[in-house]
Amino acid sequence: MSEKIATREAYGKALVQIGAENPDVVVLDADLSKSTKTIDFKKAYPDRFFDFGVAEQNMIGTAAGLAAAGKIPFCSSFAVFATGRVFDQVRQSVAYPRLNVKIGASHAGITVGEDGSSHQSIEDIALMRVLPNVTVFVPADAVEVAGAVRAAAAINGPVYIRLGRAPVPVLHGEDFVFKPGEAVMLRDGNDATIISTGIMVAVALEAADALSREGIEVRVLDIHTIKPIDVSAVVQAARETGAVVTAEEHSIIGGLGSAVAEVLAENYPVPLKRVGIEDSFGESGKPDELMAKYGLTSANIVLSVKRAMKRKR
Amino acid sequence: MSIPFHVLQGKVQEIRRYIILMTTAAGSGHPGGSLSATDIVAALYFDVMRIDPKRPDDPDRDRFVLSKGHAAPLLYATLAERGFFPVKELMTLRKLGSRLQGHPDMRKLPGVEMSTGSLGQGLSAANGMALAARLDGRDYRVYVLLGDGETQEGQVWEAAMAAAHYKLDNLTAFLDYNGLQIDGPVEEVMSLGQVADKWRAFGWHVIEIDGHDLKAILQAVEEAKNVKGKPTMVVARTIKGKGVSFMENQVDWHGSAPKGEQATKALIELGAPR
Repeated sequence: MSEKIATREAYGKALVQIGAENPDVVVLDADLSKSTKTIDFKKAYPDRFFDFGVAEQNMIGTAAGLAAAGKIPFCSSFAVFATGRVFDQVRQSVAYPRLNVKIGASHAGITVGEDGSSHQSIEDIALMRVLPNVTVFVPADAVEVAGAVRAAAAINGPVYIRLGRAPVPVLHGEDFVFKPGEAVMLRDGNDATIISTGIMVAVALEAADALSREGIEVRVLDIHTIKPIDVSAVVQAARETGAVVTAEEHSIIGGLGSAVAEVLAENYPVPLKRVGIEDSFGESGKPDELMAKYGLTSANIVLSVKRAMKRKR
Repeated sequence: MSIPFHVLQGKVQEIRRYIILMTTAAGSGHPGGSLSATDIVAALYFDVMRIDPKRPDDPDRDRFVLSKGHAAPLLYATLAERGFFPVKELMTLRKLGSRLQGHPDMRKLPGVEMSTGSLGQGLSAANGMALAARLDGRDYRVYVLLGDGETQEGQVWEAAMAAAHYKLDNLTAFLDYNGLQIDGPVEEVMSLGQVADKWRAFGWHVIEIDGHDLKAILQAVEEAKNVKGKPTMVVARTIKGKGVSFMENQVDWHGSAPKGEQATKALIELGAPR
């Protein structure tokens, strides 16, 4: 787990791979191809790459038209622009007509860092999750990105893929199989469950190690598919471990924590603590400084697990 | 498909009558902006476009995107009259369970190329279809109809820029320039300024016509086919509520349906048998 690769880097490589396999794949960007890494695809397949300049709404709308004519467009920008800026275009021109458009959104969350809150998307999962017909992937590492891109190309409908700027540990081996909608149990335990997504999966594993040193054995679930969420894995974790902590680099409102709370409340209520951005905007700073300041740390997860366990009946 | 001119003229009036009948039956809808663009849409579907109602998914078909989705009655009446679905289904407009949604739903009704209704998005979709034609080496053409008030949406100008940038000469847009929007005259609500000059400045070939002159519409389409390296915008001067005396140029008929005697009067003016 020593190697670190940003999920956006893996996205660029995965696009080139899928582009080689499927001539209908086209890639669209809005003046951020060097950052989102779609530039890799642009270099490999210049005729199938379209830059729309600083005009994200038209990028999404054009993708809808391309998809209506049989193409498989992957659109990229920063997550804050690829969801909030174009929410109506995604809702009206993509999700409602169930068109085969993929949105690969990089620079999600506060690990964007120094650019500050205007560029830190903490609500994109909520925005995409609420739309009917949209599948939401939040890969935890480079291996999951490759699987998510492949799965997205195979799904006939809208898919949102959340990607990050900062390098993160590679958690999976080459033999990992990405199964859309299926949670991955990375570690088993009976005392509690940490349900995590994206870059917080690696942090959750650190927390599990720390808890284990104190004699607390937790299960760690990696939810790479937020929608449709793996209801049975979440309910089983609640039933077998009796307490749940969620961990995400996103607002605790509307994202993974909310999705898990919905599943638990309706199926098997157990003590729950959500670790994430607590209803505030971010700010400028180094990624690790921001993670510490906003509580996206293994220490905070450890504390949250202990608190949730105390509330067990 | 090319049809005798008098037959096309008859189709136009038939479609206008259906617009009145449908919106009357529905008790709501948008007759004004449907009647203003009837000549344009009828000309496209009955004379210009390469389409086969029996093969609505033919990859080589010409495409039409109704960007001003509130003119759904016009699109539905045209598609039904052209044979995409039974004419009697028109009377289900806006009713629960109908394929004829208040605004067009491409997943419900054959012949609808794009789901529209939230204004300003259709030109982008048309651009995508035109780009796909080029990628696939197909020679189909893409047509799109925009409302004048609709072009107040910023996305329209993003799309205008992109269509010129990518030299989409297989794309022809029509502006239904009837001069009225919900809150009043376009000039008073939010002036469009020099409309034709704006599109020219964005790199488009621009043709200005009377949008109720069928021959001018057909000529503009032919002219657009011969333009290389740039998309064409046909700025069509139209009359909102065209063909019904008490609806013409009356903004209140943007989004309200005729009732009882109004409908009867409208139908008689549109040539229905007494």
